[in-house]
Amino acid sequence: MGVYALFVVGIGVALKRYMKTSTDFFLAGRSIPAWVCGLAFISANLGAQEVIGMGASGAKYGIATSHFYWIGAIPAMAFVGIFMMPFYYGSRARSVPEYLRLRFDEKTRGLNAISFATMTIFSSGISMYAMAKLIQTLHILDAPLHSLGLPLSASFHCSIVISAIVVLAYVVLGGLVSAIYNEVLQFFLIVAGFLPLVFLGLKDVGGWNGIKAHLPPAYTHSWQGMGSSQTNLLGVEWFGLVMGLGFVLSFGYWCTDFLVVQRAMAAHSMSAARRTPLIAALPKMVFPFLVILPGLIAVSLPAQPAVLSTGHGAAETTLGEVAATGRGLIPAKIDQTGNPVVDANGIAVLDYDLAIPNMLVHYFPTGILGLGLTALLASFMSGMAGNVTAFNTVWTYDIYQAYLHKDASDQHYLWMGRMATVFGIALSISAAYAATRFNNIMDFLQLVFAFVNAPLFATFLLGMFWKRTTGHAAFTGLLSGTAAAAIHQGLTLPAGAAPGIKGGWLATIHSYPSEMAQNFWTAIWAWSVCFLVTILVSLITQPRKESELAGLVYSLTQRNSEGHLPWYQRPVVLGVVVLTLALILNIIFW
Amino acid sequence: MGLDIRLPIGLLFSVLGFLLAGFGVISDKGIYQRSLGLNVNLAWGVILLIFGIIMVVFGNRGSTIRPHEQDTAINRDHSAGGKP
Repeated sequence: MGVYALFVVGIGVALKRYMKTSTDFFLAGRSIPAWVCGLAFISANLGAQEVIGMGASGAKYGIATSHFYWIGAIPAMAFVGIFMMPFYYGSRARSVPEYLRLRFDEKTRGLNAISFATMTIFSSGISMYAMAKLIQTLHILDAPLHSLGLPLSASFHCSIVISAIVVLAYVVLGGLVSAIYNEVLQFFLIVAGFLPLVFLGLKDVGGWNGIKAHLPPAYTHSWQGMGSSQTNLLGVEWFGLVMGLGFVLSFGYWCTDFLVVQRAMAAHSMSAARRTPLIAALPKMVFPFLVILPGLIAVSLPAQPAVLSTGHGAAETTLGEVAATGRGLIPAKIDQTGNPVVDANGIAVLDYDLAIPNMLVHYFPTGILGLGLTALLASFMSGMAGNVTAFNTVWTYDIYQAYLHKDASDQHYLWMGRMATVFGIALSISAAYAATRFNNIMDFLQLVFAFVNAPLFATFLLGMFWKRTTGHAAFTGLLSGTAAAAIHQGLTLPAGAAPGIKGGWLATIHSYPSEMAQNFWTAIWAWSVCFLVTILVSLITQPRKESELAGLVYSLTQRNSEGHLPWYQRPVVLGVVVLTLALILNIIFW
Repeated sequence: MGLDIRLPIGLLFSVLGFLLAGFGVISDKGIYQRSLGLNVNLAWGVILLIFGIIMVVFGNRGSTIRPHEQDTAINRDHSAGGKP
């Protein structure tokens, strides 16, 4: 772990001398090869929620979790690479909000910039919080703390401070290049840490057939039960899944979120930028095997004492006494008093988030266990650094330069970018501590962000492919889409939940079989309302002159011929390959 | 950018692979009960070491031809082929 930390900061130091202009710092000088951008593209998304969360969902919902990849990511990644990247990269916008200003107007950009900046801060704070919690649970810092004579309760604070300093060091010094390089490093590290885990786990349970033999068929089929929400573990029917997750949420994230788009914008040429998400789609497609399979393996093992240890031979903790109520390697949730948490029916609530950590501890001996834990921590840090670099760019270009200090020198903006990194991380730390105190506030904020994000893709779709779309329409469309999301959520409730943060705070006129179904339908409503309102308002407002929209709208942009490239570098060919492979995977695990 | 990403990746994995494989050789075999009797430290350490060395080699070739490169695999193979 120490070796890794040293390398991470070392890269920042090595890259510092190249950071001469703000473009170097925020856009990596637009000089990165496509494969590097591609790996950074998925690695930035590979934060806490991804590795721990997908392992947990794998244990909870089975292979159906792969919908978040094969339906919920790949088609959108192909779309952004083939159709949208020409406008992002070609317009020379430096960020997604800046594209909105070029295409629409200042207020649409302001709305997007401010909501996005706030969101990145909280995401990085939540990432930090989750990491500190995990370090505490796994007792990773106990041995060094013990030798320093500090109380074990300092573990949480130490984790936050150390992770903040490491990310701060490499982002302040090397900017986006440093973040991208580290993300690539983290990508390889995660693969290196999880591949042997999957190998050992599969060997132990007897391969895919062994899992099939241990678990009911709902766990090992991703589509079979999708006809009705009652027959699959997700509690969603196919239409809500495909439209809500596969279309609205996935396209909204992969095609408009600056956190990922920024990685492609750093590419050295237009065709490299377009290839970035397509190259990223290839490893993304096989990630379910790295993160979902361990979760599945964990539930298919016979129940046994879940041992959590440090790997340093100190402070061994056995949760054996609660394993009786757990399932496989998944222990029951423990409340403050040390008793297992039970639901209304008296069945123990399982702590699925411990699926991956327990798998690591179960199969890895000292040595490689250190590598596995480092991989886990690397994934937290890459998620955090991704948010921080997206924040400093949007803050500097779209908030500071746009509204606070217009005509400063480039050196000043470079300095501002570094400062933004510092206070961005400081704010993340406060967000992390806020999360420890007010868990409900975090849930509430994530809900608000979901409302703000859901309609975004409708705005981009119309903006890029319908030249008649106007700025007023985009703005009102976004606001009404967000309102529609809030109202829909306020009027519906997932089965078994009490009215409140889960929905139904206005009135309950419809009940969904699961929270996931409710989320997907909230997104579908938000998108549709935004789409319709934007069209209606566009028709009654004055469109912009066509000459102003060249390079920003599909019909007014000259298509670059990419005929001179070899076939494997042509975005359309790559897109078809990627989509075909995703289709094959869906059929195999039908 | 001036630093070829393959160099740091290669170095990191060479170091990690070396440490892991080294630990695999000297460690007590009893700890491998968890990993189904396989000495995963040694096996995986060697694999990481090989991966790291390959990355360093490619990274070195990449940075020597950097000034006039086009960043296509074909180009890289071509220039690499020129050297015995």
